[in-house]
Amino acid sequence: MSALQTDVGDIEQLSQEDRERLALTGLEVGMQNRCGSFFQIDQNVIQTTCGAEGIEMIPIKAALEKYDWVKDYYWNAVSRDKDKYTQYLAKQESPQGLVVIAQPGVKVAMPLQACLFLREEPVQHVHNIFIAKEGSEINIISGCASSWQKEHGAHIGVTEIYVGKGAKVTSTMIHNWKEGISVFPRSATIVEEDGTFLSNYVCMQPVHRINMYPTARLVGRNAVARFSSIVVATPGSTLDLGSRAILGAEHTSAELITRAITTGGTIISRGHILGERDYTRGHIECKGLILKDGVIHAIPEIEGTLTGTELSHEAAVGKIARHEIEYLMARGLSEEEATATIIRGFLDVKISGLPAVLQEQIDAAIDKAESGF
Amino acid sequence: MLDISDLHVSVDGTEKLHDINLHIGQGETHILMGPNGSGKSTLLKAVMGFGGYTITSGSIVFKGQDITGMSIHERAHLGIGMMFQHPPVISGLKLGKLLAATSHLGEDAIEALAQTVNMEDFLARDTNVGFSGGEIKRSEVLQLKVQQPDFLMLDEPESGVDLENMSLMGKEIAGLLEKDVHIVNRRRSGLIITHTGYILDYLEADQGHVLIDGQIRCHGNPREILRVVKEKGYGECLRCKQM
Repeated sequence: MSALQTDVGDIEQLSQEDRERLALTGLEVGMQNRCGSFFQIDQNVIQTTCGAEGIEMIPIKAALEKYDWVKDYYWNAVSRDKDKYTQYLAKQESPQGLVVIAQPGVKVAMPLQACLFLREEPVQHVHNIFIAKEGSEINIISGCASSWQKEHGAHIGVTEIYVGKGAKVTSTMIHNWKEGISVFPRSATIVEEDGTFLSNYVCMQPVHRINMYPTARLVGRNAVARFSSIVVATPGSTLDLGSRAILGAEHTSAELITRAITTGGTIISRGHILGERDYTRGHIECKGLILKDGVIHAIPEIEGTLTGTELSHEAAVGKIARHEIEYLMARGLSEEEATATIIRGFLDVKISGLPAVLQEQIDAAIDKAESGF
Repeated sequence: MLDISDLHVSVDGTEKLHDINLHIGQGETHILMGPNGSGKSTLLKAVMGFGGYTITSGSIVFKGQDITGMSIHERAHLGIGMMFQHPPVISGLKLGKLLAATSHLGEDAIEALAQTVNMEDFLARDTNVGFSGGEIKRSEVLQLKVQQPDFLMLDEPESGVDLENMSLMGKEIAGLLEKDVHIVNRRRSGLIITHTGYILDYLEADQGHVLIDGQIRCHGNPREILRVVKEKGYGECLRCKQM
């Protein structure tokens, strides 16, 4: 951890407002709790630094030049022809984004951060590849934000994640966009034998539109995937979100958990688990709270193709029950405090590796939501 | 401590309590009995201030203040506490978080209180989710031990509780009502709904009341009322009033 570069001059040139917006996505400029950092503003990579032994963080263009084998991971989990967004990205002559390579057996608890910041250009495109080799463990926080001055724009991102045999990848993505920004992440993960993939997603700020449906393919025995999402749709926001797990090997399991709140926006919460091998298990859980009139449309799909798979789902959408609020009021909380306490409980899905700053952001978002009652 | 005068309460437009008069002095514990559906829980909820329990006339005065129009939490702050018979399940909200949110106690103090009612393992569990009958009661007692109200309303503390838990509950409730404090110095008061009277095995009550069809039909010595009800049923109370 000695020669950790903190070449953050460009970051420090950012306005105070933008730095605060980035902090809310988990970015730590001082890197007190980070062992590596990647920072891309629009199409420019301004920082790549990693102090962890056995972990390499490298811009994708350089990675493709440096290692011949990286191309085997490039457009592999995600198909170039998936849709117009992947096609757009595939056409780019100069791909931008981050490649993380964790060597076999290397385990790093401290997170790596990848920050993608949309400042001036109309479209930011990003292609990330995370490769966790056999027995390695990494924790990546991807913070995506737009400048406070940025009225309109789009972010298109492909992330391909490869979880090797017995490896574990925790990927936490935090979004902090603005009302006029549209976002199209296209992610897919391949999990090998005994591998674990944990995906956490948080979006509690306004955005024009987010559309994503990341997929995890569990191709090796005992592979596990868990997607957790916490989302709030404010008025004018449309969040079309989903996650999919394909149980493609025996003894694999997946869990898709969503907590959705609307304060006037639209949330479509999709989920799909396909059980296509014996001894597989999957569960989808979507809970939605409508705090102000808006839309929460839960579409959980479970699909089994043989007798040896066990799949289930539960979905519930509604408001906070009056008697729950009154119960807490009888213990001395005001109506607002009681409501906030219940919402905090509702959102408590135990996201592992959640930075303190994010917890504060969740609390702040709740406080904000509350003032509208 | 509590003065209820000429109280009429409606639920969904139907009057459920008629002309209730009840005075509970400082340090006193009263027992409220009555058949199912007679309005006992309605009375407690009206005193706590729950929505849907409309006071159409009369007043509730607590510690000299008219609380008839106060919100639930203002009443709680004044010192009214309630043990729910059927508390809501709040999924996601850990019991420990609830206790922290409703008090100024630190984690250690909460943990220590939880141990006194064997609830330390439940602090990390969602409030009332999958709790057994006895666990719900212990959770309620724990919440009241954190809240420390001056006036306690207990809605059937015995229901769904096994013998071992009943003993713990009885002692804890006696503690909450300061039964260990000399009668002259006792400040806390209580109103306990009971069907069985088992709670009287653990604490002395000063007065009993029988509520039938939304009206208090008689006042008297709680053990005597219990004996009459056990022997002759609530019909006797009706006759008694008519005489």
